Order: sequence, then structure tokens, then C-alpha cells
Amino acid sequence: MSFDLLIVGVGGQGTILASRIIGEACIIEKRHVISAETHGMAQRGGSVENHVRIDGTMGPLIPIGGADMILSLEPLETVRYIHYLKNDGLVISNNVRIVPQKSRVLYPPVEKIIRSKVSKPEQAVICNANAIARKAGNELSSNIVLIGIASRYLPLKEESLIECIKRVVPSKATDVNLKAFDLGRRWKIS
Amino acid sequence: MKKEEIIIKKFLMGNEAIAQGCLEAGIDFATGYPGTPSSEIITSLSISNERNVYVEWSVNEKVALENAIGAAWCGLRSICVMKHVGLNVAADPFMSLAYTGVKGGFVIIVTDDPFPHSSQNEQDSRRYAHAAKIPCLDPATPQEAKDMVKYAFELSEKYEIPVMLRPTTRICHARSDIEVEKFQIEDLKPTNQRFVKIPKEKRVGRFFKDRDRWVLVPSNAKILHRELQIKQKKIIEDLNGTPFNKRVKNIKETKIAVVSGGVASCYVKELIPNDIPFFKIGTYPVDIDRLGEFTKNYEKILVIEELDPILEEIVKMSTCSTVLGKYTGDVPFYGELNQNIVYDILIKNGITPVVKYDLKKPVEGLPARPPILCAGCPHRSILYLIEKIFKNGIYTSDIGCYTLSPFSVDTCLCMGASITIGSGISHCDKRDVVATIGDSTFMHTGIPGLINAVYNNANILIVILDNRTTAMTGHQPTAGTGQNIQGESKELSLEKICQACGADFVETVDPFDINLSKKILERAKKEKGVRVIIARHPCYMIERKQNVEKAYYEIDVKRCTKCGDCLDYGCPAIELYDIKPIINDLCTGCGVCSDLCRNGAIRRIK
Repeated sequence: MSFDLLIVGVGGQGTILASRIIGEACIIEKRHVISAETHGMAQRGGSVENHVRIDGTMGPLIPIGGADMILSLEPLETVRYIHYLKNDGLVISNNVRIVPQKSRVLYPPVEKIIRSKVSKPEQAVICNANAIARKAGNELSSNIVLIGIASRYLPLKEESLIECIKRVVPSKATDVNLKAFDLGRRWKIS
Repeated sequence: MKKEEIIIKKFLMGNEAIAQGCLEAGIDFATGYPGTPSSEIITSLSISNERNVYVEWSVNEKVALENAIGAAWCGLRSICVMKHVGLNVAADPFMSLAYTGVKGGFVIIVTDDPFPHSSQNEQDSRRYAHAAKIPCLDPATPQEAKDMVKYAFELSEKYEIPVMLRPTTRICHARSDIEVEKFQIEDLKPTNQRFVKIPKEKRVGRFFKDRDRWVLVPSNAKILHRELQIKQKKIIEDLNGTPFNKRVKNIKETKIAVVSGGVASCYVKELIPNDIPFFKIGTYPVDIDRLGEFTKNYEKILVIEELDPILEEIVKMSTCSTVLGKYTGDVPFYGELNQNIVYDILIKNGITPVVKYDLKKPVEGLPARPPILCAGCPHRSILYLIEKIFKNGIYTSDIGCYTLSPFSVDTCLCMGASITIGSGISHCDKRDVVATIGDSTFMHTGIPGLINAVYNNANILIVILDNRTTAMTGHQPTAGTGQNIQGESKELSLEKICQACGADFVETVDPFDINLSKKILERAKKEKGVRVIIARHPCYMIERKQNVEKAYYEIDVKRCTKCGDCLDYGCPAIELYDIKPIINDLCTGCGVCSDLCRNGAIRRIK
């Protein structure tokens, strides 16, 4: 069985980079992996979903009600994809909002909805990943902060993830991103 | 020296895996036109320094295919890459190519897009392969796509026939652990071990004249068609020997069996119990006799595939058993499949899946987040002005980022159709017609439409949105930019092309210069006949890399009357905060909103 991780967010937030880090970590550990990325039309500031199936050998898509974990860079996107979560799955979500443009529908009370959709409170980890990333040196590393938090629950070794961050992010941003990972990993879940 | 084959794995996108397969097969020549989900294949080949491959972005798919045919006729291993709708453009050479066949291995890679994620339709390229009598390989995983492309070159050379590889979006844009072949030379010390991966030397192409074969006049075509038909049987036998068609024999007597292909076969494999007989088909034409030996054993055959019911029709031909699929309403005719849909199909037909998913429904009534034009997009300002100046006009548009615009887009059918449909409308409807078309799309199929519009006295304004790139598909160079995929090239002038096509009114303007753009649009409105405006400003994604000094703007709250004009402009860098508009971090400093604000409330700050 694969460990199914759904990474969601808004185009441009770094969801593809996040899924690439997880995938490369599988290669380091000599494990199978298959993932699906959103490209083309969907990138231009739209809602983006990346499916990563650790130990997966079959289709790249995670079924609805089948995700072991949802990693989300934007809380409205967490809500949009929360039906993918298994009953006992874990949600790790940023709480910094990006309000969709020109929408006639009001931005919903996202945290409340997320918490209502999981059976136990500890299944929803909601944080201000941008603030943690700012402490590391750059708000843009919020995706790496979330990987840091997720690393406590992912079936992958910490050192493989760190190695992949070094490989995947541009060299001038390595230090900030390693710090972001570390702050995420040590972040206290309240 | 002793060679030992070792396998290394890389985390590759399906398209990168296909490019890697081409390199391992010793490819010499590659052409294509960008189109999601196919574009990364050509890009990967162009940035690879593992083998000296000739790579080009051609101006359209027909041109791409014919260039690659030239290379294949010279005996080189060649590919041509396009998306499914691109094959419509290339259909003319495609339909006759199997008659003449090829010398060097030739693989036509056509990517299909179920659910259309980034396309205008859900056509099935397997139909084209069938119509052209060209064998088609239909991969189920990125790894299989790589294995298939290597086999495709061999098959192509063996029978001197072009071969189609037809991956879908979920293969092209999936990433997986992919086996990359390397030969390790053992005798060297571990510190300077060398890997010989891919043959470096290039074949030398040479065209051998053969009038009976390369000249498709009726007298030759008659003979070549007969020979093509004779080849088919041998090709089917060859395909039978591949690992791409897998038959799982039944362990216990059952009444129902499942047939599937492509990525759908993965969904089926993940879900069906071991004791359900299953046939995965990955190559076309299908051996109907061999399929019949399988299907005759069961009362019902459930066929699960994406796009057209092609396997389903073949299964029907192979058996008198009941065939369940799209025609019976068991499998949807449109969209893409996934495990949840396949799960329901299996349950409905009495097969209990081995995996169970928790029942969940999406949260309803959420604000949508569709893709939009980026902040600082040069298309937005000119499209906004067209709708202001040509009020009540008809706006025919084309394929590109600009279809995301809320302004000035009334139609979008296929590449180049803005000018032609617009001219057609101008002969019927008295209103102003404004056609908008990107620079790459204009070079692709816009030019014949312009010639025709002039020739037949259409009354139309054509605005070429020249953002100096093919933006939507990932910023490939176009013929108007002085760059090709290999570097510098001759810069073709859109102005001169339009003048040579007979347009008398040809003006160029920077769409960020609002006042001049307005003036030129107004002038064009007063004139009749075919008029062309070239709205030229680089896509921000390109400009950003050129380190152009950025300007910063803010909204002066004292001057702002909350009229909402800036918000109507629709730039994602302007958002409503409480009840006042503010400029956010996405701002690129184009300054258009500052010119549009009638109260002068948007000011440059540095």
C-alpha cells in the first residue's frame, strides 16, 4: 500500500517544489513513488493540486477519501480538497489566506470547517507557515516549513528530506530553506 | 574492457522519461510545436547534452511533422511531438505517411488530454492512428512510456513504418521513479569510473532517391496501399510479442472479465481482486483473434478506458458475449477516470474492489479560484481597451493565455481561427469585428487567414498580441523573437509579414502606453477593410529575467473615491482591503492602473 500525500495550494506558492522534494527523497531511499502535477492552464494563480503516492506503483491519482495526509499552503484550498482525506488522515495547513479575485462568494470560515471535517482535533495541524518562514529568513519558504512539520509523520527519513532540499532549491536559498525545515520540524503543535 | 549494465533510478516526469527513452534509443532529430501536456519532451531533449540531437520548435505541427519526415527519409531516428489537437493541423501528411513509410525509426508522439485540463476538446488520437494505419502504443505508466518509445524505434525500422506513442496527461505530467540505463566500465578505479550511457556519435543522414516510393501519385499510392495492408498482419504479430499487452488468466470460473488500457488499467489493477480475469491492452492494432480467445470464456466483458470507446468496439468485434462499457452507460463517455469512478463501475457490475475508500463529499459553495492573467500581463491592458473602444463589437479570439481574459473574448475554437471566423462574421454582421491572436499563434496558422481576409475584402481589425513568446505552454521562443530553441536566429518582422500579406493599415504600439493605444484603436475604428495592430510588450515572466528596473505604486486614500475602476481592470495586484482597494506584493509596476484611475489616486512611489 502506498502512503498518499496530497499537496495543495495556489499556483505560484511552491506546491510542485514541495512534491519534488518528497519524490526525490523516495529515490534516495530506493522506494517507488508516483505523483501527478498540475501544469498549463491551472498554474496561473489558480487552485493547484499535486498528488504524491509514496511506494506507489500504479496510477498517479489519490482517490477521494484515500489520502493519508493533506499538506496545504492556503486554507481555502485545504477546504476545497479535504474530502480526499481518509477518516484517520492528517491535515497540515497554512492559515494565511489568499482571497480569490472577484469572487461573489465570501471567503468562508476556513479553520472552523477544517476542524469540523476531522474526527479528532489532533488530525488538523493549522499554523501560520508564512510567519515561521519569515523567522527563517524568507516568507517564500512556507512550503518548506510545512514539509518540516510533515516530516514528523511522513514515512521518510529526516536526513533524506534534508538532502533533497539541498538538491532541489537554488543554492543561494539553501540556508534559509534548511532553517525553515528545522523550524517547522521543531514547531510546537498547540 | 568489460561492460556491466547497471540501472540507476531518477525521479522523472513522464515527458522527461520519454525524452530519456529517445536518447537511449539514439535519437538524431526532433521537432514539435508546444502544447500542454506535450511540451516538456522537446524542452528536455534541447537541454540534454548527452547526445548531439537536432532539435527544433517548428512554427506549427504540420511543418514539424514534415521536417521530421525529411529526417526519417534520410535514415535518421526522428520524433515529432504535438498535442492531440496539433495532430488535426498535421493530419494531411500524417494520413499519407504510412503509404510511403520511413527509413530511419520514426515516432510521432501525440499527447491526449482527457477531462481537457488545458485543451479545447477530448479527441482520441487512437482513432487517427487507426485511420492512418499507423501502429499506436498506449502507455499506462511513465516507465512504460519510456520502454515503449525505445521499442517504437525498433518496430518503426523493422517495418519501415511510422509509429505513434500516445500518452495522456496523467502519464505526461506524472512523476515516478524511472530506470535510467547506464553501462559502467568496470576496469577503471572507482574514483574515475565512467558511465557510457548514450551513444554520442550521430548518424549521417542521406536521402536516397526512389520515385516509386517517395512520389505519392495515384499509380504509386495504389501499390503502396496494398503493401501497407500486407504489413499490418506482421506488425500485429510483432506487437503480440511485447510486454505491453498483459493477460491475467482466470484462477476460478467467473462470468465477468475486465479489459482496459492506458492509465485506466492502473486504476483497475489497483482495485480488482486477483481472481477476476483481466486483459490490459497497450498496443494497436489489437489482435482480434487473440483477444477473442480470452473474451469467449466469459458471459460479460467490462471494458474500462478513457476517451473514445475504441477498445470497447474491438472487444465487441471479438466476441458474442455481452460487452459493458460506454455504449451501455457503465463507463462515462467524457472526462477522465480515477479510482473512485472505477470503484463505482466495479461495484455496479458485481465486482468487489480489494481497496475501500472512505465516503466523502466535497464542501460546497466555496469561492472558485480559476486561473487568471498574471499581474503585469501586457494582454490585459490592450484587451481592456478594445472592449472600451469597440463597445458592442464582436471579439473573435484564439488559443493562448489571452483566453483567460474577462475582456474582448467572444470566441475561441482552434489555432488561428480568430482571424478567419472574424472575417466570416464581418461578411454577415454589421458590427465591428476585432480578432485577437498571439504572436506564436499568428505564425502558426494566422497568416493564411490574414491573406484570405485581404483577398476577400473582409472588414476586420486584427490585434496581434505580441508578448515575444509562447507563454501558455512554458515560454518557448517564436519566429518573431530572433531566438530559436538552439539560440540566435533570424528575427522575422510581424509588421513586414502583415504588409506583405496585403494589410495597408499596420501599426505597432506598446499596450502599456494607454494613451497611444487608445488613439491607434480609435483610428483603426474609423477605417474600413483589414487593419492590423501589433500590441508588443514582453510577457512579464520574460521581462522579469531581464532585470528591468521595477516601479512601485500605491493608492492615495485621500484621492481614492472608491469608484471601483481599478478593481474592474482585474489585475490580481489590486485587491479590496475592507472597503478600499490596495496594491499588493504581486504588482510588477506596469503602471496601467495609474493611467486608468480618473482621480489620479494611484501614484508611483519609487
